[in-house]
Amino acid sequence: MIRELVKGLAFTLKQMARKPITMQWPEEQRPAPTRHRGRHILHRYDNGMERCIGCELCSAACPVGCIYVEPAENDPAHPVSPGERYAVRYEINLMRCIYCGYCAEACPTEAITMGPRYELADYRRERLIATKEDLLEAWPNFAQAQRENPLGAGADQRGAAEHAPGVSPRLAWEEHDALIDREAQPPLHPGAGGIMPHPPTVAEPPHQVRR
Amino acid sequence: MIASAFDVKVGPDYWWVILIKAVILVLFLATAAAYGTYAERKVAARIQLRIGPNRVGPMGLLQPAADGIKLLFKENVAPGGRDRLLYLVGPALAAAAAILAYAAIPLNGVSTVNGYQLHWDIAHVNVGLLYILAVTSLGIYAIFLGGWAANSKYSLLGALRSSAQLVSYEMAVAFALMGAVILAGSLNLEDIVNAQHHAWFIVLQPIGALLYFTGALAETNRAPFDLPEAETELVGGYHTEYSGMRFGFYFVGEYINMVTVSSIAVTLFLGGWLPILPFLDFIPGVLWFLGKVFGLVFVMMWIRWTFPRLRYDRLMNLGWKVMLPLGLLNIVITGAVVAIRAATA
Repeated sequence: MIRELVKGLAFTLKQMARKPITMQWPEEQRPAPTRHRGRHILHRYDNGMERCIGCELCSAACPVGCIYVEPAENDPAHPVSPGERYAVRYEINLMRCIYCGYCAEACPTEAITMGPRYELADYRRERLIATKEDLLEAWPNFAQAQRENPLGAGADQRGAAEHAPGVSPRLAWEEHDALIDREAQPPLHPGAGGIMPHPPTVAEPPHQVRR
Repeated sequence: MIASAFDVKVGPDYWWVILIKAVILVLFLATAAAYGTYAERKVAARIQLRIGPNRVGPMGLLQPAADGIKLLFKENVAPGGRDRLLYLVGPALAAAAAILAYAAIPLNGVSTVNGYQLHWDIAHVNVGLLYILAVTSLGIYAIFLGGWAANSKYSLLGALRSSAQLVSYEMAVAFALMGAVILAGSLNLEDIVNAQHHAWFIVLQPIGALLYFTGALAETNRAPFDLPEAETELVGGYHTEYSGMRFGFYFVGEYINMVTVSSIAVTLFLGGWLPILPFLDFIPGVLWFLGKVFGLVFVMMWIRWTFPRLRYDRLMNLGWKVMLPLGLLNIVITGAVVAIRAATA
């Protein structure tokens, strides 16, 4: 019996000599896995054009109806996207989103994918409506470049300066949040801010019910 | 008044000398208990490959202060059907019993100040060990009264378990200490340490030392003998219905108790303030004493985070069927050896 007791004590003593494996979040951050389903990213083509063609398939595929797309005709002289239409407004209610990735699967042009950003808590509902400006990447393949840089893994919305190695994703996100706060807009569409303007009735089923 | 007392004489028995010693001791024990909680959390964290408290102050060193402030400001929720007097006596007694025992423990050998002998214990009594055994037994009342007065089934079950456990191990502990008393020929702790100049009693009394340490773990309700608390079964045991600083007193009592039983173990088996090797005596005896005490406190924490809790019947088996007979055997053998050596010398 004594031998087993000593063995146990020796093991715990050895553990004490090892380096703790705790990660000091939020000062230290572990990069998100490659296929992490965090907040969405809207991508661009290599020539800078937006991939989104405003088809609303993501909105239709969304099981919780958290995506709002407002399409518009492209101006042939200055097209925003290669298709006929593009998205004037593209908003995702992050409080409703269940991060299932169906929108990314439904997208015919791979315009929307799930991103690495996961620190999404906030004090204000308005700030949790991600607008097109929030979601759209700053330049082509920006999000991809960020993924390869482990420290910048979450900074999906930064410009060239923030792409420098060593940038903390948290700093980038905080800056970004401050930006959204300044431009805080009143809820614009049904379901914005998590509040339904008209409670659904039986006769009138709620917006975008998945059949 | 104190100033005039200074003018007269410096002696060991003046009331203000004793008062100063007592105040220093209580402050020391309170600080030790506070940082005991910090040390416990750090040790636990490192054993589990965590970091432990590191947010309040440098390396989390102000964590005990933050915890204390939190406990003081917390609401004292008390059950309606409680016994009002005993409900308050419980936690007070828990801390008091732990501190009281320390009065007879010498932190150092006799110092000579102004030609007077100054003892490093508060009460220099010739039956010091007896006094300590008597006072530490009071800790049972703290637990039992607390559990009883709260009028809650979990508290009562915890208190019942606890009193059974403490009473059983009290015997084994007392027997384990007797071996050292026989060797030293005195119950005064200073004499017992002075008898260890040639060899610490852990060398002469290895079984006694092991029995005492095991019993001490049970007496302080530390893991693996923390059945009175048994948070998985009893929601905290005897202190289930205590909150705020009343709970804090039980908590402080537990940590002071750890220091106290470690000090007793050091005094009786690890040579008290004596250095490991004679040439190391340039280091003050107090430091030797405290170093050994906190070493033992660390061992208690180490054990807590290594072993799982004992089942209740095994706890009783260990107490009555293993430790008590071994303790008795130890007394008989030690007594026989001492008697034979006295007869032949």
